[in-house]
Amino acid sequence: MATAQKPGSGFRLKSWWRHGDTAWQGIVIAMAFFVLVIMVAIGWSVWSASADSRAAFGFSFVAPTSDSNWDPVNSLFQAWPIITGTLVTAVIAIIIATPVSIGIAIFMSELCPTWLRQPLSFMIEMLAAIPSVVYGLWGVFVFLPQVVTPVGSFLSATLGWFPLFAGHIPPSGISRLAASLILTIMITPTITAVTRDVLLAIPNAQREAALAIGATQWEMIWQVLLPFGLSGILGAVILGLGRALGETMAVTMVIGNNTVESTGSLLVPGATLASTIANEFAEAVTKLHTSALIELGLILFVITLILNMIARLLVWRVASLIPTDSRG
Amino acid sequence: MTTSTQIAPRGFIQPRAGFVYRRTVNAIMLTLTGLATVLAVIPLLWIILHVTITGGKYINLALLTQMPVGLGQPGGGVLPALEGTILTTILSTLFSVPVAILAAFYAATRPNTPLGVAVRFGTDVLAGVPSIVIGLFAYAVIVLPQGHYSGLAAGVAVAIVMLPTVTRTTEEMLKLVPKNLREGSLALGAPEWITSLRVVLPAAASGVVTGIMLAIARGVGETAPLLFTALGNDRYEFGQIVTSGAQGRLPILTILNRVVDQPIDGLTLTMWKYAQQPFPERVQQSWAVALVLMLFVLLTNILVRWVISRNRVASR
Repeated sequence: MATAQKPGSGFRLKSWWRHGDTAWQGIVIAMAFFVLVIMVAIGWSVWSASADSRAAFGFSFVAPTSDSNWDPVNSLFQAWPIITGTLVTAVIAIIIATPVSIGIAIFMSELCPTWLRQPLSFMIEMLAAIPSVVYGLWGVFVFLPQVVTPVGSFLSATLGWFPLFAGHIPPSGISRLAASLILTIMITPTITAVTRDVLLAIPNAQREAALAIGATQWEMIWQVLLPFGLSGILGAVILGLGRALGETMAVTMVIGNNTVESTGSLLVPGATLASTIANEFAEAVTKLHTSALIELGLILFVITLILNMIARLLVWRVASLIPTDSRG
Repeated sequence: MTTSTQIAPRGFIQPRAGFVYRRTVNAIMLTLTGLATVLAVIPLLWIILHVTITGGKYINLALLTQMPVGLGQPGGGVLPALEGTILTTILSTLFSVPVAILAAFYAATRPNTPLGVAVRFGTDVLAGVPSIVIGLFAYAVIVLPQGHYSGLAAGVAVAIVMLPTVTRTTEEMLKLVPKNLREGSLALGAPEWITSLRVVLPAAASGVVTGIMLAIARGVGETAPLLFTALGNDRYEFGQIVTSGAQGRLPILTILNRVVDQPIDGLTLTMWKYAQQPFPERVQQSWAVALVLMLFVLLTNILVRWVISRNRVASR
């Protein structure tokens, strides 16, 4: 550096260093990057650790088949029933949870008195705060015998002709239906919280305009607020779906971990990606088994990553649509 | 009259048309939203009541202070699990909080730079990554190279679970600190890092601490990341490791290494394992541990709520 030779270079160095601010900036930027690096590292680690399984099975690992194998003894792994189980349980949970959650969000943001809003949102958040394994314990010993088994037998008796409700639910209640219903409870807070925030952020002018032209309160909600917040609500539902797909402990305890159930029925024991990993990983003996389980994790990671990115973009978009000065 | 139909609003809402029908729909739908709320509160109260009653029957001091006894025998406790959970929590807090706070400083002071947007987006997405995948990550980067399960790996896994919560709450709290404080400090000639650490951070401290507590409450309740990192070890005795190390006059680092470098237990892990065992004593202990966990999570959340609402009143 030419300038370093000039007199006063010490002062220049000091001002360049700015009393440690450069180091501070460096550390702060490094830590910001580190958060992103973790994301990449998670993806890379599950990708590279599943190399054996990907090399051994290729596309047949995820390909749809009607008689599939998940056979650690003979090292044959096909994940289609597990993928089916994951999708069926999560989608049913979303179908039940979405209207309920939107209803709660509407009640909290539009109808309930202000003093009730805080306690209610606290209770809904508690539903999300209770550890997953507590849900599982309660599910196995209370919820399954008292709710899932009766509901399941009723469904199989009345709607048994429909493929979704084919078969008979085991007396213990252990089934995909049990997982779906527990997931419904667990993802309701996620969808509710985001939907409520979206609704609360909609400018009051929208409500007043709708009411002023004679809409009833419900018409105002249904024809003005929900379309206005649609992308945000869609984001909330996708966030809920992501959570349902990745939920592990409660599902593992109630679904039965039947990795070869090839039908799409709700009333039979099944398995999900997460539950299979949780259930088998510590007992996996062969390298290929471990690798296949990690490949399940890879599938789960890719799906939830894409869903979460879409959801966050949707929620962010609705936030940017709302002019900040017209809130409240 | 043609004119009046032209004047009438062309949208969905048609005044006077089927007024009774519209009012009925209104009443039914609004009632349904209320019912949905009740429907969601039922499982919450059901779980809380059932865990409190069942767990309350079997909880006792021995549960938290004694080592487990043999299968099928009454008595004993889950001391290794409690120690394991505390150890995991300490490690994960140590790992996650510094990273989260510094990253939050970046995101809060430069929210619109590409990196700032990426950090906020990245933490949001990281919060949605299933915790079991994070467990697989810790297994792949720590357990596999080391060749054995360890408390260290569990600490790293739970730290990643906690990271998004701490980062986002800290960022929100830092944004709430009035700009004058920061500008005043900078105008007095304090460098940015002193301003950040000694002026801005203390001003946001209570909010940051609540964020950390929420993250700890979440981390303590996690099971999936522990399954193949901590693994579970009901012979883990923290006191025994430390005293034997001290008697052997081992360096403190060696003792610490022994503490974290072996499989440990956890309350959630123990709950999961005990719930599946065919011995009623074990299932009863599982309920008791569920009560401990649930109380911890609920009380933490209530405390956090209280602190936040108190701050809001104070700042008005």
